[in-house]
Amino acid sequence: MPNQGAPDFSNWSCPLPLRDYPTIVMGHGGGGKLGNELVEHLFLPAFRNPALENLGDAAVIEPGSGRLAMSTDSFVVQPLFFPGGSIGALAVNGTVNDLAVSGADPKFLSASFILEEGFPLAQLAAIVEAMADAAAKAGVRIVTGDTKVVERGHGDGCYINTAGVGVIRQGMSVGPNRAQVGDVVLVSGTIGDHGMAIMSVREGLEFESQIKSDCAALNGMIADVLDSAGSSVHAMRDPTRGGLASTLNEIATASNVGIEIEDDKVPVRTEVQSACELLGLDPLYVANEGKAVFFVAPEAADRVLRCLRSHPLGSDAAIIGSIPVQHPRMLVARTAIGANRVIATQIGEQLPRIC
Amino acid sequence: MRYLNEFRDGEVAQRMAREIWQVATQPWKIMEICGGQTHSIIRNGIDQMLPPGIEMIHGPGCPVCVTPLSLIDKALAIAAQPGVIFCSFGDMLRVPGTDGDLFQIKGRGGDVRVVYSPLHAVELAVKNPDKQVVFFGVGFETTAPANAMSVHLAKRRGLRNFSLLVSHVLVPPAIEAIMSSPENKVQAFLAAGHVCSVMGFWEYPPLADQFGIPIVVTGFEPLDLLDGIRRAVIQLENGEHHVENAYERIVTYAGNLEAQRLLAEVFELTDRAWRGIGVIPNSGWRLNDHYRAFDAEQRFQISGIRTEESHLCKAGDVLRGAIKPAGCAAFGKECTPRHPLGATMVSSEGACAAYFNYGRYLSAEDLAGAGAAHA
Repeated sequence: MPNQGAPDFSNWSCPLPLRDYPTIVMGHGGGGKLGNELVEHLFLPAFRNPALENLGDAAVIEPGSGRLAMSTDSFVVQPLFFPGGSIGALAVNGTVNDLAVSGADPKFLSASFILEEGFPLAQLAAIVEAMADAAAKAGVRIVTGDTKVVERGHGDGCYINTAGVGVIRQGMSVGPNRAQVGDVVLVSGTIGDHGMAIMSVREGLEFESQIKSDCAALNGMIADVLDSAGSSVHAMRDPTRGGLASTLNEIATASNVGIEIEDDKVPVRTEVQSACELLGLDPLYVANEGKAVFFVAPEAADRVLRCLRSHPLGSDAAIIGSIPVQHPRMLVARTAIGANRVIATQIGEQLPRIC
Repeated sequence: MRYLNEFRDGEVAQRMAREIWQVATQPWKIMEICGGQTHSIIRNGIDQMLPPGIEMIHGPGCPVCVTPLSLIDKALAIAAQPGVIFCSFGDMLRVPGTDGDLFQIKGRGGDVRVVYSPLHAVELAVKNPDKQVVFFGVGFETTAPANAMSVHLAKRRGLRNFSLLVSHVLVPPAIEAIMSSPENKVQAFLAAGHVCSVMGFWEYPPLADQFGIPIVVTGFEPLDLLDGIRRAVIQLENGEHHVENAYERIVTYAGNLEAQRLLAEVFELTDRAWRGIGVIPNSGWRLNDHYRAFDAEQRFQISGIRTEESHLCKAGDVLRGAIKPAGCAAFGKECTPRHPLGATMVSSEGACAAYFNYGRYLSAEDLAGAGAAHA
């Protein structure tokens, strides 16, 4: 299994006790001394903050005034380390982004690990480091957590669940059901990068490519957009699993509007497009982990586009479509050669075609 | 992307479509053989650009769709056996057998794996000497060389734990069967470009002569397809019937001789049952005597399979071009990509799935808005 980015255990400067066990054993989840050592020598130093340091049964936090948003997500990605990220970065950014597109300012996260007996501690350390790094970049604190160990063969190395709490911005009223006729649809950059980066390192399909996952926390960029366009932003979503097509279909249904996009306006990297062609996949259905879609009032569209493009994560942002009065609840694409097609929500995973 | 972007140019496409409008003076029915072409026609909306009289009939060239149900049932039975690693291309996993599909076998503990090349399945056999590795080798002439190579390698390496569940089908006998049918409506064919990249197109002139039909070797990008249709219409309007190559950047008359040599070494002609169509004589390949030991049907004696087609499914009529997908009473009701009754609703190359996914079940009024907004 390719493990780009996983450092050697020898490079990891961990205090001695953990070195007695270079791999996870059942005892690490047993609530005894081994478990405590993990907390004391791995999780605490990486995530250090006052709420966590209490090591109580629950973290006590002061989110400030206003409505709270809460979200949770589990991460089971394989391989655990991939070009452009890891399960650790994904676990933090995924929950941060779910909060951010709900109009919240993400504040606190929990992190639960389900580890498989025999999982190398060095890999766990690299994952925890990636989480700490992602949390610092996103400006969130990991304030509580849990570790369980399952017998060898009963897990896939490492699963992570994160839950997050954020404070809704004052006067905020975005929602997947608030897109309206006349809105302009923007995407913050190229689509399909994450899904194809994962594919490029999957066993049996390793292909040479420069494709990197777009895994990133979007709360900073989204805050810029909301600062500049405020209530002109009606709906936001991060198009993760199922890709852009599924996200747009969800919003079309939730808001009871039709959506129209132009195939050639949707930004796709050449490498991603090529890999998709090779495998018979459609980039519109391929996962993203660092992109957002915005539905904004037409008069604010250019402002939002400028704002996105001035942010490092939004340099490839584009206006890709609009909401017409026609065909409610349907996503229609104008093809490059000037015809129309309906884009449906897909069933399950996209399957590579035979030929 | 070189060789792709040039063939998706919107302006050139409009120009070629206009030329077809100018040339066509009467209605014509043209069949694109390959499911990949069907997918591209529907995805890009090429059929919407044609004059109303030019009707595209979607051919039987979807490997997933024409693989007989009895073989799917055999695949399910083999994949369910302990000690077997059953390998397949992705889109075969969701094809419904009489009782469930390969995904469900996997869910019940069967070791079913998606691979991207039969050669990967050979590697799995090398790495797992205590397991029987089976590759589900279906498809047209396009996928046959890689499947032939897999058994060729397995034999050379003396592997006793690799076998092929094989059901190859061939394009020329299918054209012959379609043209010989009393209900045939097809007046010209777009031959499948990728099949011809392997086989060349030397097999087609006798068919064009025998049935008096234009056959145009055609690619898969919008401009390829429009060019293929344009050339077919010009021949039809001029009363001509010969074989043309509109996919010159890939296809030569002789084809890939190296691949053809390998195919001849490994396979022999056999009658094949085509799902929904019936048995067509000499329309497929099976492993020949030298390689019979690698035939999964020989290695696994599967008996007691009860194969039963859905009574509602009209996939056969769709594959023969007798009806369009929406002409089946179950289309979009009992039968959807989520609950496919027939294979044409499974693969993205299947005509029913292409129609469903790209909204071709919607009335003109439903879609009117989409065009109007751009007018």
